[in-house]
Amino acid sequence: MSGGVDSAVAAARAVDAGYDVTGVHLALARNPQTYRSGARGCCTLEDSRDARRAADVIGIPFYVWDMADEFHAGVVDDFVAEYAAGRTPNPCLRCNEKIKFAAVLDRAVALGFDAVVTGHHARLGLDGLLRRSVDAAKDQSYVLAVLTRAQLDRAIFPLGDSTKAAVRAEAAERDLAVAEKPDSHDICFIADGDTQGFLASRLGAAPGDIVDASTGEVLGAHAGAFSYTVGQRRGLRLERPAPDGRPRYVLSITPVTNTVTVGPVEALDVSTVYGDRPVWTAEPWPLAGVECEVQLRAHGEAVPATVTADLAGMTARLRRPVRGIAAGQAVVAYRPDPAGDIVLGSATISATDQ
Amino acid sequence: MTYLDHAATTPMLPEAVEAYLSAASELGNASSIHTPGRGARRRVEEARESVAAALGARPSEVIFTSGGTESDNLAVKGIFWARRGADPLRSRVIAGAVEHHAVLDAVTWLARHERARVTWLPVDPLGRVEVGALHCALAEYGDEVAVCTAMWANNEVGTLQPVEELAAECATRGVPLHTDAIQAVGQVPVDFAASGAAALSVSGHKLGGPIGVGALVLSRDVACTPLLHGGGQERDVRSGTLDVPGIAAFAAAVGTAVKGQQEYAARVSGLRDELIARVRQVVPEAVLNGDPVQRLPANAHFSFPGCEGDALLLLLDAQGIACSTGSACSAGVAQASHVLLAMGEDADRGRSSLRFTLGHTSSSADIDALVAALPEIVERARAAGALRGIRG
Repeated sequence: MSGGVDSAVAAARAVDAGYDVTGVHLALARNPQTYRSGARGCCTLEDSRDARRAADVIGIPFYVWDMADEFHAGVVDDFVAEYAAGRTPNPCLRCNEKIKFAAVLDRAVALGFDAVVTGHHARLGLDGLLRRSVDAAKDQSYVLAVLTRAQLDRAIFPLGDSTKAAVRAEAAERDLAVAEKPDSHDICFIADGDTQGFLASRLGAAPGDIVDASTGEVLGAHAGAFSYTVGQRRGLRLERPAPDGRPRYVLSITPVTNTVTVGPVEALDVSTVYGDRPVWTAEPWPLAGVECEVQLRAHGEAVPATVTADLAGMTARLRRPVRGIAAGQAVVAYRPDPAGDIVLGSATISATDQ
Repeated sequence: MTYLDHAATTPMLPEAVEAYLSAASELGNASSIHTPGRGARRRVEEARESVAAALGARPSEVIFTSGGTESDNLAVKGIFWARRGADPLRSRVIAGAVEHHAVLDAVTWLARHERARVTWLPVDPLGRVEVGALHCALAEYGDEVAVCTAMWANNEVGTLQPVEELAAECATRGVPLHTDAIQAVGQVPVDFAASGAAALSVSGHKLGGPIGVGALVLSRDVACTPLLHGGGQERDVRSGTLDVPGIAAFAAAVGTAVKGQQEYAARVSGLRDELIARVRQVVPEAVLNGDPVQRLPANAHFSFPGCEGDALLLLLDAQGIACSTGSACSAGVAQASHVLLAMGEDADRGRSSLRFTLGHTSSSADIDALVAALPEIVERARAAGALRGIRG
């Protein structure tokens, strides 16, 4: 229970469904702020109080579990390390994978609980299949696709069949004060929303070269490679325009040489995506390849692809090229379905090919 | 519900509730000079005389406060400021290492914001403050010491402290000793005059009175700078309209607690010994912390090797058994107990502990419920502890 409206309504629905529910707020910040200021970040002491009050109204026990050390090691440090390695991480993937459905779940099971309920917008039916939420704009199946079969078997997502608006309306009906609380957005551990500043303070500014992909020429300088992501066009401040006069885009970031490589827009085209740390939960491993759709960004459209995967990794061959795919993000395979697109599996993007 | 957390708070005695309601129905500000005011004032003064008599003090030495935390803060900060104000050289505080946070945090605040220097008095493995350490500290810093503070009995592990000896040491150098007697009053004999202490804190809700009222017993010749300025109540040391119903209830509770102390101590220490024996029977590896003999009659504090304290609490709570880890809590997250750390325990042991405290409503049935639930709970909490790498 984060103190937000989704987890509050999820808890209430779980109680109605007949589960013996205990509410837990995760203390993840080493120095939690006292008051919520705006919608950025989570979770302040005020959020903890909001969660406690929701638990009161719902009528369930409430505890705060200190997972700050695990969160810092598994999510925050990983976030920084990924940027240092020239990738673009999605920390929510790691949090679900290592904290919410690992550290928290393991502790819960040790204490005699059977499952973890969260307010994620996704559907997980009795058939064990993870599907998109009915609310496409709020769907969080992308960040849940990192969960293994064992983790999904002990997860419950009560909100997937409702839109966000319906969830808020239900919260109001249930007299939950958090009904009107704004959703938190951006990264929960960067309260002021300044990701660049956060990374700069941890990685330090390390100026380096911006080089042309085809000629190797140095076209300009950057103040820190972590400020750039694949597909980026803004903020390059190149000394010389390209000979053809067309804009340049970031193609890759190389930490070892601390260079940012740029090229024309067509160089961004990717037709093959490679992923490591694969997870495949709906069916046996697609050793011979399966036709499906893949989503390559948290808020990106799914595109048709042929996916092969085994314990060693995943390869997705896209039907049409996609631009701006960054290593570190997830590649999630879906099978379109009228009852909700089914998550087949996922992997972390390690490399791409034109 | 099985309530084993009386050190946190205990049910209000019927006579205290009655005194509260009776006074609450009356109108009057005890500082007003007219008839209703004098009526209120009279209730306060009767309460003051009663509390003073119960604690071996003079009525003029009793200052009513909002509770134990305020009394501790008032004594530590107020005496420090007054003593340093009289002589700027006196800027050192000597404090026991196992004080409650209401004393500890007041001392560290003085260090951080008032440039106080602090000498912490170590404790032995049973949690008893070392008198020799105070002797040495006074020998070295005597003239620099503004105030010394050492509790009468430790609220976590229950160990009784050598207050009279500590007060005698302080007296040799003219240093005032404040003692937090919040857990002690009603459990062991507490006589302010006989102790030699200069100041003593009491809290109402720890002994069957209401939450929100307490007292600082302050020797007449010890100056104390107020925390609260205003109407000049409580001989200018503690301004604020007096909480007449609270004070009436407080006095009733103190009276009952002190009068019945000997009998209560005998009864509850019997129950406590039974609890200790039966817990050891079902969980042989449990370790009793604190002095086995010189301890509060109602206190039993155990470490359960390899188990996580908050997991134990959660599981006991689910079975309707209430107790505490006795450690500080910030935002609901338990920290390792500074008391156990000061006693030489490692951080893991400090997070694997539970405090069971009995009260005037406790019985053998409470112990039955506890020992029935413990074995399975300890097993689960050990599994949870293993996940966190807590060593047994």
